[in-house]
Amino acid sequence: MLRFLAAIGAVLLGFLSATGRLVLFAGAALATAFTPPYYFRMILREMVNIGYFSLPVVGLTAIFTGMVLALQSHTGFSRFAAEGAVATVVVLSVTRELGPVITGLMVAGRVGAAMAAEIGTMRVTDQIDALTSLSTDPLRYLVLPRLLAGLITLPILVLIADIIGVFGGYLVGVYRLGFNPEAYINRTHQYLETMDVVSGLIKAAVFGFIVALMGCYHGYYSRGGAQGVGQATTYAVVSASVLILVFNYLITAAFFGR
Amino acid sequence: MTSTDRAAKIAVRGLRKSFGRKRVLDGLDLDCASGESLVVIGGSGTGKSVLVKCILGLLRPEAGSIRIDGVETVWLPRVARERLMQKFGMLFQGSALFDSLSVWENVAFGLVQGRGMERQPAQETALAKLAAVGLGPEISLLRPAELSGGMQKRVALARAIAAEPEIVFFDEPTTGLDPIMADVINDLIVKCVREVGTTAVSITHDLVSARKIADRIAMLHQGRIVWHGPTAEIDRSGNPYVDQFINGRAEGPIQMEIRAA
Repeated sequence: MLRFLAAIGAVLLGFLSATGRLVLFAGAALATAFTPPYYFRMILREMVNIGYFSLPVVGLTAIFTGMVLALQSHTGFSRFAAEGAVATVVVLSVTRELGPVITGLMVAGRVGAAMAAEIGTMRVTDQIDALTSLSTDPLRYLVLPRLLAGLITLPILVLIADIIGVFGGYLVGVYRLGFNPEAYINRTHQYLETMDVVSGLIKAAVFGFIVALMGCYHGYYSRGGAQGVGQATTYAVVSASVLILVFNYLITAAFFGR
Repeated sequence: MTSTDRAAKIAVRGLRKSFGRKRVLDGLDLDCASGESLVVIGGSGTGKSVLVKCILGLLRPEAGSIRIDGVETVWLPRVARERLMQKFGMLFQGSALFDSLSVWENVAFGLVQGRGMERQPAQETALAKLAAVGLGPEISLLRPAELSGGMQKRVALARAIAAEPEIVFFDEPTTGLDPIMADVINDLIVKCVREVGTTAVSITHDLVSARKIADRIAMLHQGRIVWHGPTAEIDRSGNPYVDQFINGRAEGPIQMEIRAA
């Protein structure tokens, strides 16, 4: 019994110490934002990496998500003659939940992994020590631009994903299910509120920060050569994905839980 | 050590550093005078790189003192540490060039990011430093991955001396190079150190390199300096550790940690 409790205690202590390390790492990186120098070129580079190069995969995911959502909701709602709600369900689901979550998960897979691999390789090949030896703070130069780029770029990406997702629903609604185009667009507008979009964008900013933080954190503390970098990449994607789902619930509860 | 703390550019006293239960540095004392080229020799895994990383502030020792120009540096706050870093240049064992930057951007990195120099004059300085290590402007736009190991080492050397630091550290500068390229690197180190008057601390187990670049040699074993003296005296040191090491004998006081397979 004691051994069992000790094992639970050890897991709990491990979790708390890992959380503490992560918070200290994020705090130290963010603290560098309050004093110069600022690396705007690095922020721009990361924004292009996260935003522009993720557009194809996010766009494809969003359009198929909207299409499937329209089909499924039509199948379900037709059982109690509520097919007219399809457009509303599509737009609310995409803007509130699916847009941010699917985009966050896609970016976690594409960008979070790449960040962990790049920073991890820099760690195991002494490039991070080289930065320090050249009077450059690695947190300021490598981590902060990625955190800011994630924070800024993901809402833009999610806004685009929202539009593409709703358009996917429209395509299926009009060309497959036979809705009147004007009526579908009217229904889409009718029940959509500003807060539906804003809550999705806030989620996106949080998810962008999480993806960048996990990628940087696991890369920064990777060790042991190629195997360590591979492990860091896996940890970055898995932890970012889990945290995205957890924070999605928490933010949804905060906005719509009343 | 013979030098007094006041005269020493670098003065290390009682330095201790452990990783888990393994004590790597165990009360190490070391001095390096201004303008001197000191080479620390010792077997693999004896803590030579750890010593340099502690002096550079990349690792924090558990105990001991590291004075640069008489100023204690172990517990320096971040801003003061960044300022101190401007005195240092470092040639890493694996070159540690930044993959995502071109050759000239690597060489100019410390000037642009560390010292706020404009890119245009920094590029001119980088090209001059590349020329100093025997590399032409045609390679300046290449990425490090497109260069051979020897060229990468030379680019790393150009980067280490680009900002004309007061102290340059060379971590295994000739490891992994053929004898001719190793000699080219040794010549470049000697030239750079003599021309600029830099203080140089090198760590190596390549004795040919050590004899060529050192004014003074110190031998590290089990976390302490077991011998130090002018390069010319190493062959008649009378120290059993040094004798075993320079003659490359398996028998002697240095017992390698070999675990039976």
